[in-house]
Amino acid sequence: MIDFWMLFTIFILSGFIGYFVVWGVTPALHSPLMSVSNAISGVIIIGALTTASASEMDTSKILGLIAVFLASINIFGGFAVSHRMLSLFKRKEKK
Amino acid sequence: MLSAFIPIAHILSFAFFILAIRGLSSPHTAQHGNFLGILGMLLAVVSVLLLSPITELGQVLISIILGAGVGIYPALKVKMTSLPQMIAAFNGLGGLSAMFIALAEIFSGSASHFDTSIGLIIGALAFSGSMIAFAKLQGIITSAAINFSFQQTINFLLALAIIILCGLFVLMPNINIFISLGIISIILGTLLVLPIGGADMPIVISILNAYSGLAAAGIGFSLGNVLLIITGTIVGASGTILSYIMVKAMNRTLKNVLFGGYSIQKHNSSSLPINTQSAHVGSPQDAAYIMENANKVIIVPGYGMAVSQAQHILQKMAYDLHSKYDVEVKFAIHPVAGRMPGHMNVLLAEANVPFEDIYALEDINHEFSSADVAYVIGANDITNPLAKTDTSSPIYGMPILEVEKAKTVFFVKRSLNSGYSGVENPLFFANNTIMLYGDAKKITEEIVTTLENK
Repeated sequence: MIDFWMLFTIFILSGFIGYFVVWGVTPALHSPLMSVSNAISGVIIIGALTTASASEMDTSKILGLIAVFLASINIFGGFAVSHRMLSLFKRKEKK
Repeated sequence: MLSAFIPIAHILSFAFFILAIRGLSSPHTAQHGNFLGILGMLLAVVSVLLLSPITELGQVLISIILGAGVGIYPALKVKMTSLPQMIAAFNGLGGLSAMFIALAEIFSGSASHFDTSIGLIIGALAFSGSMIAFAKLQGIITSAAINFSFQQTINFLLALAIIILCGLFVLMPNINIFISLGIISIILGTLLVLPIGGADMPIVISILNAYSGLAAAGIGFSLGNVLLIITGTIVGASGTILSYIMVKAMNRTLKNVLFGGYSIQKHNSSSLPINTQSAHVGSPQDAAYIMENANKVIIVPGYGMAVSQAQHILQKMAYDLHSKYDVEVKFAIHPVAGRMPGHMNVLLAEANVPFEDIYALEDINHEFSSADVAYVIGANDITNPLAKTDTSSPIYGMPILEVEKAKTVFFVKRSLNSGYSGVENPLFFANNTIMLYGDAKKITEEIVTTLENK
């Protein structure tokens, strides 16, 4: 178990990174920002993979597999819709 | 050697995630950024799977493939108008996923009960709140604010119950307490979003977006996983900043949005007897004539444009005005127009409106005074001048697009009804305003027909 304060430090630092990176996003792309951030929050899947790949079929493994399924919807759906939206912006940029 | 593999993969992952968001600072780099995001995700997942027992990979891969199918299909099919509800649904599934992971952790005997509870609570709020937001946006339940008696007392008691159960669970870990905690959080999330009306959806979706990220961060704490904390927190920051921008663009406070009252008060704002005045009504042919003779036309789209899918014909109108009549055409976008941040931009992009022709509120407001025509289509409150003058108005202080400064203002609307805020718009009765009654798409189609038949 990593020290809580170490994790908390990382949490605060990430907040700062998020703050500066997100303010840099152009308002025209706020919808894709939501879908991209939605997709990457699907990284929660790695929290489910360990329990889902346990060798014994028990309650926690089943719950883990469901979580993997749900997070995958988020990841694939999020990136796909972001790609679709962003290609709309790209297309007319060339005009 | 292998022990360094996961940390290095995870460092690359979060670096790619940060670059993915960074890419959104311009449409040129955005798509590239999205690919980096996908790459980051692939690295994160593969690095964990490589260390999993190979015999168990089958079920995991099946779950991933099933999820991919369920996710990609609507993502490719959804109409851009319905984007907000899909994002809401995805936010909710992220929250639900966090709940399942939290449960799995408790069942497998996780040590950190407090962190896991936080992950469960935020995940549950994101899940149920998003489902209600989805149902409202999709029209499954009314998008109007649903109010019930003792609303705030009930919510307060539920929040109190959550705190007590959370403390109780940390002191004596019992799976039933944990499940009750999840259920009560789901109820609270539902009750928090039910009373929020349609036009406040951009704020709600942003908050739920933040929650889905923070739920991941909470799970990150419980698993001691740095990648989850970093990514979840950045997503949390993104949702928080978006809600802040939306709240500010409505001159509301978060408390005011969440605990409402906004739509309950039947507002009787100005003492002006505006009901007795009559509005000037025009035809699409009049509008076409005035616009083709104008030097500069500014188009102000709102949610009504999205509802009637008028973005394509609107682009055609702008294109014809520019190419046939040499009119300068610009689009003005209010931050809260539509049902999610940036909603109008996506719709206009879909209709091939050039990126350079679209302006944000602060960049275009000074131009209305030099414009001959403001063409307001499916928008109302975001142009209401009472927001500047009437201190008793619920929309007082909200930054507006100053369309009243244009020589002629066209309002494409179904009726004279007030907007979401319930405030009458005195602009409808102004001398330089012409109302075009009807469906946004039909009216604009008629204008285009007139423009092209000359």
